[in-house]
Amino acid sequence: MAQAAANAPVIPSTAAPARRSSRARWLVVAVPYVWLAILFLVPFLIVIKISFSVTAVAQPPYTPTIDLSHGIEGLIDAFRQFTIDNYVWLTEDALYIRAYLSSLVIAVVSTGLVLLVGYPIAYGMARASKAWQPTLLMLVILPFWTSFLIRVYSWIGILKKEGLLNQFLLWVGVIHEPLTILNTNWAVYIGIVYSYLPFMVLPLYAALERLDPTLLEAAADLGCRPVSAFWRITFPLSLPGVIAGCFLVFIPVTGEFVIPDLLGGSDTLMIGKTLWTEFFKNRDWPLASAVAVILLLILVVPIVIFQNRAARSEGGMPV
Amino acid sequence: MGDGVVTRRFSWFNGVSVALGLAFLYLPILLLVIYSFNESRLVTVWAGFSTKWYGELLHNQALLDAAWVTLRVAFVSASAATILGTLAAITLVRFGRFFGHTLFSGMIYAPLVMPDVIIGLSLLLLFVAVDFTRGFWTIILAHITFSLCFVAVVVQSRLVTFDRSLEEAALDLGCPPAKTFFLITLPLIAPAVVAGWMLAFTLSLDDLVIASFTTGPGATTLPMKIYSQVRLGVTPEINAVSTIMIGIVAVGVLSASLITKRREASRLRAERLAARDA
Repeated sequence: MAQAAANAPVIPSTAAPARRSSRARWLVVAVPYVWLAILFLVPFLIVIKISFSVTAVAQPPYTPTIDLSHGIEGLIDAFRQFTIDNYVWLTEDALYIRAYLSSLVIAVVSTGLVLLVGYPIAYGMARASKAWQPTLLMLVILPFWTSFLIRVYSWIGILKKEGLLNQFLLWVGVIHEPLTILNTNWAVYIGIVYSYLPFMVLPLYAALERLDPTLLEAAADLGCRPVSAFWRITFPLSLPGVIAGCFLVFIPVTGEFVIPDLLGGSDTLMIGKTLWTEFFKNRDWPLASAVAVILLLILVVPIVIFQNRAARSEGGMPV
Repeated sequence: MGDGVVTRRFSWFNGVSVALGLAFLYLPILLLVIYSFNESRLVTVWAGFSTKWYGELLHNQALLDAAWVTLRVAFVSASAATILGTLAAITLVRFGRFFGHTLFSGMIYAPLVMPDVIIGLSLLLLFVAVDFTRGFWTIILAHITFSLCFVAVVVQSRLVTFDRSLEEAALDLGCPPAKTFFLITLPLIAPAVVAGWMLAFTLSLDDLVIASFTTGPGATTLPMKIYSQVRLGVTPEINAVSTIMIGIVAVGVLSASLITKRREASRLRAERLAARDA
């Protein structure tokens, strides 16, 4: 230890006052650290623990509960009562497997749709005149500040059978009978694209706006046609934005509850809705915990990749 | 105009996509606002202008109570989350790689994308495990936890681009670190701190899922109230509540951005003047 300290680089003079206040420094680190450890990390451990428990008609509605007053023996006793029944149940009942698969399919398809809709918007914003760009940016961010629930709700009035979209289409004469859109997966896709669009447009815009226009000039000078220049220069250089946007959409959409619940139908299977039902309707806390653990396992890889990218870009998080 | 300008031209395609995109973003909100002034109880049939649904709101005590709970939760949780989030941002940017740095940055970034149902369920199980009475305060604890991460990211992006020489000058002149923070650092990152507070406030106003999990008897927030009414059917009353909420947020965000823009402009002017005098 002493050897290591002796080999440590000489501390520059500006570090001296900072060192004196090392207690204050530790406080700055410790307060948010401890807060997040207790209210973000520990709860996950409890979810894992309860996912191995059994439902009980009691308060809290599961067993065993770890009773520390019995010391180590109480702990060992509780461990003996743990069971993997909830996980066995999840694999045996096709409903849950279908819900996980359907969530992933909906998340992948809608991430693709959001990218398809968002890219031209971000591209147009990045090519608009510099004077207009702050206003356009503000206009894209503003709906993102208004309530998610209200924005989803607004689509019910538009998509339902006697809703505004059907009225409009009937009036134009495109259709002769109202379409059933609300309570189908179509409505879920529309709701997701609408709600998550700013999450895609903002990182895309940030990437496209940084693009050096001289690269495109060089390409044009060398005889590259605009469309081919887009695919060979603009799109590859905007890939960091594409990836950031896709993560920001894909991960939360996989566990989405409000949109499938309000806009989807009874056949719309999404795991966030299943978890909600198990918890609030069936009151099966252990099973709901097992559903959450599996969802977390599915999302852990994308979340870790997202976190690493965000940490590396040092606050370049385009939200 | 040379060839170079052609490659950066704002084409009709760009114009149409931006216009359609903005129309897509705003049309549903606009329709919602318009139909809140509808005379008819049927939300989708126009029967003349009326403000009667707003009048009706004033007599809906349950809804007013929920709005009051929501505002208090949002105010307390946003304020606490701003303090904790600012500390977290300083930790991330200034303290280098300390022990457990990866875990810390993971706990900051993961909640940004973590599905609400998981955060809500896990916090509820924590509150039950420690036998904490659920209600007003558990919603606040939950909201602080996820919104502090958003505040941290917003403040962090400001700290990264921050000119440290001002701080170093103060420290070299013998100003204690804590005083330096309050006199130099905080005023310079203030716009980001304010933006972080506003973001935390609206996130809290907006949250349905986490509040539903962590609440107890007696504490119903506005989103929970709206959600239970929406499940029964669409009514002009909900449109009216929504319109008021949209109005408050729009006025808040627009005025905040105008104020920061004006302050930024006057700061730049002052800097230019100072540079010329020097």
